[in-house]
Parts: sequence; C-alpha cells; structure tokens
Amino acid sequence: MGKRDTINALVKRGVSEEDASRLADKGYTLDKVKRAGYEELEAVLGGNTKAVAEIFGIQIKEKEPRGERKKEKKEKATKKPELTSEKEHLGEQDVRNKAEVFAEGKLPPKVIDKIAKALADKNVNDRIIEKVVKETLKEYERARVDAGEAVGIIAAQSIGEPGTQMTMRTFHYAGVAEINVTLGLPRLIEIFDARRKPATPMTTIYLEEDIRHNAEAAKSIASQIEVTTLIDIADLGIDVINMHVNIIPKLRRMKDRGIDVETILIRVKKIKGIEAKMEGDTIVVSLAQPSYLKLQSLIDTLRDLKIKGIDGINRVIVRSENEGFVLYTEGSNFKEIMQIDGIDKTRTVTNDIEEMYEVLGIEGARNTIINEAYSTLREQGLVVDMRHIMLVADLMTCDGDIRAVGRHGIAGEKPSVLARAAFELTVDHLLEAGIKGSVDELKGVSENIVVGKPINLGTGGVKLIFKGK
Amino acid sequence: MIPKSIGSIRFRMMSPDEIRNLSVTKVITPDTIGEDGFPITMGLMDTRLGVIEPGLVCRTCGKRVDECPGHFGHIELERPVVHVGYAKLIKNWLNATCSNCGRITLSDEKREKYLNDLVRAKEEGSDTDRVIDRLIKEASMATVCPHCGADSLKVNLDKPTTFRIENSKLTPTDVRTWLEKISDEDCELLGIGYGIRPEWAILAVLPVPPVTVRPSITLETGERSEDDLTHKLVDILRINQRLRENIDAGAPQLIVEDLWELLQYHITTYFDNQTSGIPPARHRSGRPLRTLAQRLKGKEGRFRSNLSGKRVNFSARTVISPDPMISLNEVGVPLDIAKELTVPERATEFNIEDLRNLVRNGPDAYPGANYVIKKNNLRLRVTEVNRGDLAESIEPGDVVERQLIDGDAVLFNRQPSLHRMSMLCHRAKILPYRTFRLNPLVCSPYNADFDGDEMNLHVLQSEEAIAEARSLMSVEAHLLSPRFGGAIIGCIHDHITGLYYLTHGFNELEKSVALRILSGAGIDKAPEKLTGKEIFSLILPQIDMEFKAKICEHCEKCDKENCPNDAYVVIRNGKLVKGTIDDVAVGAFNGKIINEIVKEYGDIAAKDFLDAASKLSLSMLSLMGFTVGIDEEDIPLEAQEQIQEILDGAEERVDELIEIYKRGELEQAPGRSLEETLELEIMRILAKARDDCGQIASKHVSSENSAVIMARTGARGSMLNISQMSGSVGPQSIRGERISRGYEHRTLSHFKKGDIGAEARGFVESSYKKGLKPLEYFFHSMAGREGLVDTAVRTSRSGYMQRRLINALENLKVDDDETVRDPADKVIQFLYGDDGVDPSKSIEGETVDVDSIVNKIMRGE
Repeated sequence: MGKRDTINALVKRGVSEEDASRLADKGYTLDKVKRAGYEELEAVLGGNTKAVAEIFGIQIKEKEPRGERKKEKKEKATKKPELTSEKEHLGEQDVRNKAEVFAEGKLPPKVIDKIAKALADKNVNDRIIEKVVKETLKEYERARVDAGEAVGIIAAQSIGEPGTQMTMRTFHYAGVAEINVTLGLPRLIEIFDARRKPATPMTTIYLEEDIRHNAEAAKSIASQIEVTTLIDIADLGIDVINMHVNIIPKLRRMKDRGIDVETILIRVKKIKGIEAKMEGDTIVVSLAQPSYLKLQSLIDTLRDLKIKGIDGINRVIVRSENEGFVLYTEGSNFKEIMQIDGIDKTRTVTNDIEEMYEVLGIEGARNTIINEAYSTLREQGLVVDMRHIMLVADLMTCDGDIRAVGRHGIAGEKPSVLARAAFELTVDHLLEAGIKGSVDELKGVSENIVVGKPINLGTGGVKLIFKGK
Repeated sequence: MIPKSIGSIRFRMMSPDEIRNLSVTKVITPDTIGEDGFPITMGLMDTRLGVIEPGLVCRTCGKRVDECPGHFGHIELERPVVHVGYAKLIKNWLNATCSNCGRITLSDEKREKYLNDLVRAKEEGSDTDRVIDRLIKEASMATVCPHCGADSLKVNLDKPTTFRIENSKLTPTDVRTWLEKISDEDCELLGIGYGIRPEWAILAVLPVPPVTVRPSITLETGERSEDDLTHKLVDILRINQRLRENIDAGAPQLIVEDLWELLQYHITTYFDNQTSGIPPARHRSGRPLRTLAQRLKGKEGRFRSNLSGKRVNFSARTVISPDPMISLNEVGVPLDIAKELTVPERATEFNIEDLRNLVRNGPDAYPGANYVIKKNNLRLRVTEVNRGDLAESIEPGDVVERQLIDGDAVLFNRQPSLHRMSMLCHRAKILPYRTFRLNPLVCSPYNADFDGDEMNLHVLQSEEAIAEARSLMSVEAHLLSPRFGGAIIGCIHDHITGLYYLTHGFNELEKSVALRILSGAGIDKAPEKLTGKEIFSLILPQIDMEFKAKICEHCEKCDKENCPNDAYVVIRNGKLVKGTIDDVAVGAFNGKIINEIVKEYGDIAAKDFLDAASKLSLSMLSLMGFTVGIDEEDIPLEAQEQIQEILDGAEERVDELIEIYKRGELEQAPGRSLEETLELEIMRILAKARDDCGQIASKHVSSENSAVIMARTGARGSMLNISQMSGSVGPQSIRGERISRGYEHRTLSHFKKGDIGAEARGFVESSYKKGLKPLEYFFHSMAGREGLVDTAVRTSRSGYMQRRLINALENLKVDDDETVRDPADKVIQFLYGDDGVDPSKSIEGETVDVDSIVNKIMRGE
C-alpha cells in the first residue's frame, strides 16, 4: 500500500489528516497501526495519541494491568513494595509473590512455583528474581507450540509407537504383590477402549489423617469393605436325620472380622421360606417341607450369603507405606466405598474409569484416564510425555461423556463420511450417507487425502497470498 | 488457469429417473463381444459406455482410452428388487408406518414432540440417530394406525431380503407401493434426507457402471477374461430377460416368482457377495466373485488401499548397510539408482549452462539428465542420439529432469512408520555398489539394523516440497523426540565403547596418536601431549553440565567429582573436567549432552557434535582394537565350583520346600493359595540362584573384559547376559510361571509324574559357555518360542491400537490462539498440554528448566 493509500484509509476511519500523514511518514501502514502499542503511537503522535488509539481499540497501556485478577496481583505487589536491592534470604512465598509480579501473568503457575522453590532461602534481591523470571520467560517462549502443529497425530504416534515395545502378558503384579492387575498393552487398549468394566478392577483407599497410622482402624475399615460370605466364617453341614442345615460358626475368624453370631442369624433369617434358630453354638436352619434336593440348594445359597462388606470387593489388602496404611482392594465398588467413614475421600481412587465418572464426574474420569495410561506406560519403563496422554483423555471426555477411541466412539462420530468409510465399516457408512443425503465438507485429514487435496494441518493449514504490485 | 478443487461432496441415493437420465444407453443383451470381435450395441461392452481397448473411440464423448472417463448405462428391471444394504432400514420404515395410509403410526402430539427433539438435536449438533431410533421403536409398537384406524401388523425381515407381514410374503412391488405412500414430512422423521424417497431403496432400474470400472483383460491366447462385475451383470441381464419372456408368455405365477427371486439373488450378490444367509456367487473356477462391496471394503479395498494410500513415482528401495564415514544427515545412494531418479529443474539464465551440460551427458554418463520438458509441455526423453541437439535447444523456462546428485533432498523411510521420525529428509550422497548407506547414528529413529533391512527413498519434485522437507523433516530437526522431549538420535554400540576408552581415566596420548584420532573429526591441530578427556573437549561446544554417568555404581555416599570410578561427569566451559562419557552422556534415547547442545546451540551444532563424537570414537577403537571372544567368558575352576555349589544348594532348598509342602507344613502367604505360595517361593529361590551365580561370575571376569565394558557403559548387552554366558542360564518361564505343560502331571517323559523340582520344571543350570543339556535345551526353546509368539501377537494388536488412535486424533491441531481444536472448531483443550509447551522443544517434558537458569544466574552473581 502506498503512503497516499494509507493516509486515505486512516482518514476514512476517522483519523485527522495531520495524524494520518504523520503516521504514514513514519512508514506505518493500516495494519501496522492496528498492531502498534500505545507507547509506540505516542512516540509519533504525542498528545493526539488517545484519539487515534480509541479508533483502533488500542489499549492505553498504563502500568496497571486491567481486569479483576490482575488488579489483585497488583495489590499484592503494592502490599510488598520493598523493592530491595539489598540481597537477602527470602521465604518461598515472598519469592513467589515477587516472581508473579515480574512474570505479568505470562508464566504458568507451575513454573512460578518452581522459581519460588529454586530461589527460596538463597541470597537474592529483586534484580536477581527479575532476571530469573525474564530468562525463564524467554525459555518458555522458545518452547511454545507453533500454531497449526498437528498435536493429535504426534500424541497418537507417541502413545502408539511404544505400544510395540510393551509386553502382552496380561497378569502382572503391580505395587501390591498380592493383587493381580492387568498391565501392559492389554491394559492400555482397555483404557482407550473405554470398556465398561476393566478386566481387573481395583481400588486404592487412603485413610483420613488421624487414623492413617492406626493399624487397628485400617483393619476394621478393611473388614467393613471386604465381602465376607458365610462359608468364610462358618462350617455348613446337612443334618440328614432331622432334615435341616447346621451352621457352625468359626469364632476366631468371626472375631477377626468383627462379626458376632447375632449378625449371622439376622442375615440368615432374611432368606425367604426358611426358619433359623440358635441351638447352643450352632444355628439351625430348617425348611417347611424339606427334601434332600432342597437342602442341597439351601446350602449353596447359604455358602455365598453375604454377611458383611461391599458387593464386588473380594479381597482387601492392608499395606503399610511411608505415609501410613493404605488399603488395596480386588474388585471395585467406588460408590459404596466412598461412603465409608474414615477414608480419605480426596485421594481414594479406583482404576474403573466408568465408576469414577459416575461418582466424581467427567473430570474424575479424565484424570483417571490420564493416571492409568501414564502409570501403565511408566510401569513398562516407557517414557511418554504427559501432554500426549492428556490430549487423548481430553478428546475422550470433552463432550461430557466418555467416548472410546475407535469405531464406537470418536472415530464413529466423525462428521465426514469419507473419513468414517476409510476407517472401518466402509459399506455401511456409504449406504447411510446415501439415505441421509450427507454432505462431506472435507475439513479433516483423511477425507482430504482421499480426494487428493492438501490437508489443513501444519504447513497445509496456512494460506499464502501473493500481493503483486 | 485457476486450478479446480473439490469443495464438498454430497452423497445421495439415486432415483430411477436420475439413473435413466445419467445413462447413455439401456443395456439389454447379456453378452459383451459379438462374433465380429466388436462390442455388441446395447451389450455390456457397448462403446458408448467407454472404451478400454486402444484404437477404439468412445461413441459418447469421442475420446480415446485414458481420456474417456467412461459413462453409465442402465438395466430396466422387469420386476423391482430390494437393495440389500437397505433391507434393515426398509423393515424399520415399514414397521413405523401404516400400510394403509402411509403415515407414521404415532399420534400427532407425539409426532410433534419427536419433530421438536429432532430439531433440537440438529441445533445442538448432537446425534439425531438416537431420536430417530426412539421414534421408530415407539411407532413400531403401535397395533392400530392412529390416523386411519387400520391394523398395524409387524413386518419381519427374513434375511437378507425377504419381507413378511404376519405370515404372508410382501413382494418388493408391495413394499414399493407402501413406501410410496409415506409423505415427505414423515420421511424426514424417519431419518431420510431431503429430496430422497424411501421407495428408491427398491430398485426398478439398475445402473451399469462404465467399462472403465470393469475392464476385461485379453490373455496371451487371445482369450478374453471379463471382470467379476461384468460376469455378475451378465447373470442379471440373463435372468431379467428370462423373467420378461416368461411374463410375456403368461407363465404361471410360481415360475415368475422363482425367477424374480433368482433376480433378487443376483442383484444382492452384485452389491455384496458376502451377504450372510445366501451362498456367495462363484466364478467358474470356484473362486467367490469380488463384487461392489468387496471392492471397497477392508485393507485391500478401494478406500484403504487406493484412496488413503497412494503409489508414487520417483522412489527407490534397496537393502541398507552402515557407513560411519558419511554424516548422519546423509544417505548413500547407489549410482544405479541415482541415474534413474530425477529432479526437475527449471532452466534460468543462471543455471542454463549447467543444465545443458547435464543434458549433453545424456542418460548414461553420470551426472546426466533423463527428460527435458519444453515450455509447451512436450516431454522429450534424452537419448544417446538426441542429447547433443536437445542440450542446444534448451532455453530459460524449460524444465530438465536431471539425475540425482550429491546434496539433493530426499526422504528416507523404513516401515513400519510408527512415528514421524520414520521418514526423515536426508541429503543424497551418490556412492558405488548397490545398497543404501546410512550412518549408524540414525538407526534408532528408524529402528533399523543391517541384518537385511530394506528402506525406501523418495526424491522430492518441487521447490516447495524441498524447502519444507529440508526445514521440517531433516534429520537435525528430529534429534529430540516429541514423545519424551529427549534425544532419540545418538551414539550406539561401538560409539559408546570408543568414547568410554577415550575419556575414561586420564590416559595421556602422544600428539601423533591424538592427531590420528582427531583427524576423523576434522581437527588437525593438537598440543604435544593431551589426555583423552581433552581430545573429547575439543569437539564440545561451550556448555556446563554435571551428571552421573551410566557406569555410576550408585554408592551410598556420592563423592561427586572425586568419584573413584570416574563416573561423575563434570563439564565446565566446554571442557570435560571429570567423568566418563557413556550412554547417559551421548546415547540414543538418553544423551544428556545432546539435549543440552540442542537447547543451547541448536540442532546443527548438535548434529556436528554427534558426527565428530562418533568419528572420534571409531578412530579410537580402530587404533586400539576392540573385540569379544568366547574365551573371555571363561572363569577359573574354583569359580565354577562355587557356582555349582550355589546351584546344588538352590535345588536342595527347592526339594526341602516341596517336602515341607507335602507334609502340609507350608505357611500360606496372604491372599495366595498353598500351591501359589510354594510356586512363588521356588521361583524366588531359583531366580536368586541365577543372580548369585552371576555375581560369582562377574567377580571372576575382569572389569576390563570387553563384554563387561559394553554392559556397564550401556553400549550393548547387560550383566544378565554375561552371567548367563559364564554362570547359569537360570529358570525358564512361560506365562510368568515355571514350565508346567507337556505330559500328564509332568513336563517330559524323562521325569516322574508329579515331580515339581527345579530341573523338572525348566531350570537351566548350565551356562551358555558350558552348553545346555538336551532337556535344558528343550525348555529353553519353549521359553524362546513364547517370546516369538508374543512379539507376533503384539505387533498386530498394537498396530490396530495405533491405527485407532491416529484415526481419532488425526484432525486435532493447535490453533492460532493456542487452543487445540478439531475441524469443526470444537475446543478440545484451551491451552495445549495446560502450559502450551511443545514436548519436542522442551527438555524431557519440563515446561522450563528453571533450576539450570537459576544456577546460571546465581553463578553469574
């Protein structure tokens, strides 16, 4: 654009002719003015800056940042105005506050934390903190993602490639030697498939602070959770002469699990069509019209009669770890477990993604996907950047439901007919498109490859227009 | 000319009228070629449908082979026929509508409700199928039509294509008249697109694809072999003709119906020859025909094989072999290949003389040119005869396809292409012989070795592609893996051993020796005497680092720079002060020094460093010699005796344990059965025995043993390998348990039934050096076989997982505002990875390496 055009364009937008020509003289074009900072314009225009800035919506940059959150920060800064040049040993929080001011909200909180930790109790002054922050910012900017980067494909490759190095062995022993957990490739596939139930559900239960180191309390919680069936705590026998079933409690085991004979009796009485009463130490169960066959089936019912515990939890292992006792369960029933007193509800988790979703919501599911996938890979000694796994988890959960990676989930919901046809169930998708009259907008990668157009990721995502003179 | 590009594609079922309008001819003759050898008019090879034989002209468009795209014809079916693919949908439509009035069997209020739901679902962009499914389900429940009061009976589908209402058969004609009654408004509620009529799913006219889609091939004997589709169309036409003749002759209903069904069968198999419930149509030879659905479906189908993946020219493939003397971003291309592969270069006044010379050389004298494309798009082959004249005729604007020369950008690839580092841009280097040469440094990203691997090479054909490949796909740009943000290219095997010998300790070297080592790295000046560490320092850029080397023995108290093993690396100001360079410093997948150089000085510096380091290390090794012999794994007699003692002891303890178990005195481990407890305990004892043997063995092989050095520095192998060679191979396992399969209650007939001792369950006490006993060898093979099976199964499973992942994630990209979005602009993440950092630009995934910044600044203060 020539200088004359610039001036005309500026005047058209309401800039005075004088200002416009001054700007044009300095080599400004319309776009440049739009992008220019306030100070920059001020240098050219002096007093008239405000009017011009308003036309182009350029923020008047004062030292105070705008917006509520930033004001707060500024308050913090003014509260701690000791902009010392004296070197001193500052606490972590002080460094953090100062670093936040210098970073002007451009650094993620995690990084500010790291700066605070690194500089805490070191001989520093404001200048050093500023220097560190500036240097960190520079490094941070260097490492930012480029716009248009095909992060999805990179994530998929980064997770898929180590898959070839994983073991197929289904059963393995995680941290707790006593509990079998599916690991390796089968587990990873299970996570991304978003299966309703994992092959080996398991919960990790942490305890509340006050009972964390109390073995007795841990055991009692364990016994509340673990399913105890009648056969675990009693012997069963058929009295053929009197035609009834005898339940002979094993007192020592019952004591271990905190169950008394009364409880058993109450539970047994709940079974329909029978009569139960105590006869000394044994509970005698009789039927109205006993037959040998009926007694046999009664025994089977009694054997699996749940006396205590939560459905689905077959075994609980109590382990002493650094931070106190931790409970591991084989089987999972997160909803029920979370209602038990004494457990730390903020940290207790299950490896069942669906259950986490039902109890803690979609964010819970997302975090479970991330943690489970990450630890599955880690356990095999494979390092995969967290960001890749996060992206997959975010994609799986972004519309509030858990969607599987595959034809019943994300791939099957793609709007493009060609992309779906190129993945799986080719004929079905084409027929469906025919009856619905679908239109393929050719926005994705697969469909553009199919029709032979450049894809719109990476260098294909930008258009260059040559403006000849 | 403005290049045309496809904006969008609309899919739509064709109406009979559309099919007729599209058609260039009606096809009636069930034959292809007449006796005169020419295609029969109104036959399946009618020249109006397009031409496939050279010399013939298309009667529709007047073009010749390869120019004429082909044209559709049509067959008028005597009786309508159900389209297999839509049978299930038709059933739903019939069930949801009234046979009498054709309206959806729902009250007006309910209909209204579903209509609202549908509109809302469309607005929200959520799944409309669910609403439609619900509607169909509810409407199907109705027993009486709420509009006309007619009974609404359930329609059943006898797979694949027969409809039944109660117990009477519905002919396709009946179905068609029923579907015709459905109003356009109701169609929308049934999930049928605007302007599409359900009765079109009952075919009255069949389109005949152009001959170009189903070319026949002429065998050498002159015999013609028709395409499977043509065969099927012949069948259809024949039955259609017989049906017509019978109807015209007033044949009994029964015969007409039989023929009608036969027509239905042929059209069904014409669409999909794998329809369940009917036998597939077969070729004369017994091979099932490959009809329409089969052409599209699956890995070898049109979509995955021809549309998602395409074949290319300007590519080459051959065996790879190593060449440590070329740079890591080069690839050695055999001369024979270089003469075939060409790069188009446009003549300008600056390069015209060079291009003329190339053309003058012709196609045989390298470097030459193979084609010249004149300005009028005339493509001329350069031959021995015309090369002189052609060279003279070149003027600016002509394009010369010159042969590949040193420095040309080429893409190099090895399958399976699991990640983007499987296809990198190298610079060609033309070399003699017949293999592609690559620097062993780049083996790791390709996961290549030289046991017969082959790789592909593609020559780039446009300036844009070359520029893009050079800056984005070059080897240097991929030193750090985006998977974990660390070096993926780095020293392997001998490189590491060499650097270990060079930098370990303080061995002073004479100037002449030092110069010989350094010459490989292109350095030709050195002081009189210098140590290995100083030599290595010469190739290091100015960096500062401190870390523990691989050979670190993880002592309880680390002496840091005063490490007795020289395992604590200190680099100050680009000088290696202390420590030994090994896998942790420069190895592929580790490479701390490489990470640092990339970060501080960029990828070119890192590439130069790697090239220099590998050359230093190799000249060091060739100077001193490095080898491993079988006798190195010999251990003294006393050590062998000690090992034997350990093994005997272990076996004894296993026997004891079994005794205890048999007496029923074994204490049960928590959460395990008695048998499991015993098994675990035995496995523990035996694994420990193997490790103890390894301990003894490694005590008796010197620390200067080549194998030990390779294991300790991380060059190759592990201490376990060494202890298996000289100590004991140890227990063999299948599925994580000791070997237990085979005969009844025993693994082999050499043992007593019920023997669960060490030997009987696959414990190999011999070492590889000593040699395995026959039974041990057998068990060892069993475990080895499991490993092979596991790998075979794993590759397919993980391959499918990756395919699904790619398909799910392929469309996600970072937008200009750093959000991650899909093509519909739906936000997946508001800030990529929560911090907006590219893992391949970060160091090992850290957002920013704050500690090193702090250290640097604090040191400066």
